[in-house]
Amino acid sequence: MAITLSGDQALPGPPLSSRLTPAQVWGIILLAPYLLVFLAFVVYPVCYGLWLARAPSNYVALYNDPIFARAAVNTLIFLVIGINIKMVIALFLSGFFAVQRPWIKWLSVIFILPWAVPSIPTILSVRFMFNPEWGVINHLIFSFTGDDGPNWLNDPTVALTMAIGVHIWKSLPFWTLILITGRLAIPHDLFEAAEVDGASWWQKFRYITWPSMQTLYITCTLLSMIWTLGDFNSVYLLTGGGPADLTHVLATLGIRYLRLDQLSLAMASIVCAMPFVLPLVYFMMKRLSR
Amino acid sequence: MKLPSLRDVATEARLLLIGIPVFLWTMIPIYHMFLFAISPKEDAFSGKLWPDHPTLHNFTIVFKQQHYFLRDFYAQFWNSLVIAAAVGVLTLVIATAAAFSISRLRVPGGRIVMNLALFTYFIPAAFLAVPMYRTMGNYGLLNNHWSLILAMVTIASPYAIWVLKQASDKLPVELDEAAVMDGATTLQIFRMVYVPLMMPSLVAIGTYAVLLAWNEYLYAFLLLSNDREITLPVALGNFLAADDSPWELLMTTGFIYALPPAAIYYAFRRYMVGGLTAGAVKS
Repeated sequence: MAITLSGDQALPGPPLSSRLTPAQVWGIILLAPYLLVFLAFVVYPVCYGLWLARAPSNYVALYNDPIFARAAVNTLIFLVIGINIKMVIALFLSGFFAVQRPWIKWLSVIFILPWAVPSIPTILSVRFMFNPEWGVINHLIFSFTGDDGPNWLNDPTVALTMAIGVHIWKSLPFWTLILITGRLAIPHDLFEAAEVDGASWWQKFRYITWPSMQTLYITCTLLSMIWTLGDFNSVYLLTGGGPADLTHVLATLGIRYLRLDQLSLAMASIVCAMPFVLPLVYFMMKRLSR
Repeated sequence: MKLPSLRDVATEARLLLIGIPVFLWTMIPIYHMFLFAISPKEDAFSGKLWPDHPTLHNFTIVFKQQHYFLRDFYAQFWNSLVIAAAVGVLTLVIATAAAFSISRLRVPGGRIVMNLALFTYFIPAAFLAVPMYRTMGNYGLLNNHWSLILAMVTIASPYAIWVLKQASDKLPVELDEAAVMDGATTLQIFRMVYVPLMMPSLVAIGTYAVLLAWNEYLYAFLLLSNDREITLPVALGNFLAADDSPWELLMTTGFIYALPPAAIYYAFRRYMVGGLTAGAVKS
């Protein structure tokens, strides 16, 4: 990387064009399309959005909006509880799928389906399953107990839990797959040696698997947290933010303000998330751009 | 034949104890959707595991556009297709050129551009959607397919550039040097050395961008609103607007919509697993 850096420093000298080799001129030409896209659709929107959100009154309005506070708490629950549950399950399942059996190989192919199919139809399918009047879940409850089932999505706690469930359903395969790659990279003779020494499965996990995988695991967890901040579909398509706007997360809240034509509030709510997002992003960039 | 020992049976039983719940968890929402698609309207809500009279009638209705919600089905399918293809092609062109420039030509400032791209990659797309919506309005592109295409290219490019740069860093420098010795111009190296060697990564990235665009809901529903301009996922979302929405038709359309990406995913799984997931998180 040191080689590229040397080009960045603005050295005093002959005019730019004569210092560039033909290859570098081509380099700039080939990089230009992306730079244009970046300027027009990232830099300009972000600056414009920040400018819209500049007035302190926006933040006062947000502070006074109970929906914003609720959305912030929901987002925190989604990230801290939801993601950690998901990653622990993924870590566990990566061990399961690493077992060599023909049927497990087949199961792993099926297991990818939630990741491979678009989320809209499957989330709507879950939503119908839990419909209080016609959903198959309450139908089964009625046929077994004779009682009407609960109005699932009408309880904010249940609704948010189900949104987290839908999120896990969708993204668990992806993270499991990555952790499987990490697990398969551990030299097999370590386990054989441990087996000879009579180590229990917990000891093997504690002293071999976990030390080799913890960096990967933590990176995955943080990355998943950043991405889940932007998970609009799981909440919007399942609960629509309801009942009574109690299940919003920051991703859906921004869009809600947008729909209500309160663009500056939408931007302000995103700005409020930045103190949490930027350190995570900074950490990830340090990890990935090594 | 050797009888399995008690211990083997116990291990197998424990594996099944994990495998069966995993299978059910994975399949129930998808099977539920499939069940709706093949059930007549009155059977769909019965809660049976298999309908008494499975039928393809719902598919006929969808393909003949015989319902109010489906009157623009083909137009919307076509929109999804065109937009996904355009995003795939544009992302490939832009990202390949950028990765070649940063990794092989070592363009001044390339590292900064790479970092800026990575930064964009980590900003949640739903956050960028709000200012993006307004910007597209300022550019006069709202309700125009280009708005969605450009937005998706913006979102797909950073990761594409990063993966392609990682892959091209692995190509030996001697290849370029040898080509230069033979008198190849930069463009010839790009066309005749770089692109052929990068083919597996290019397939992976093209697939990634196509799937990303085909599956996108949020941006599509913000940027496009006219019934004949929207993509299929937005049309599916619109079904929910009505109280009496025909679920069996919604699930049928959803099933049709989910088939191409699933097929593409499984067809290119080799590339996706090797080229994408390994690169997604470098430990």
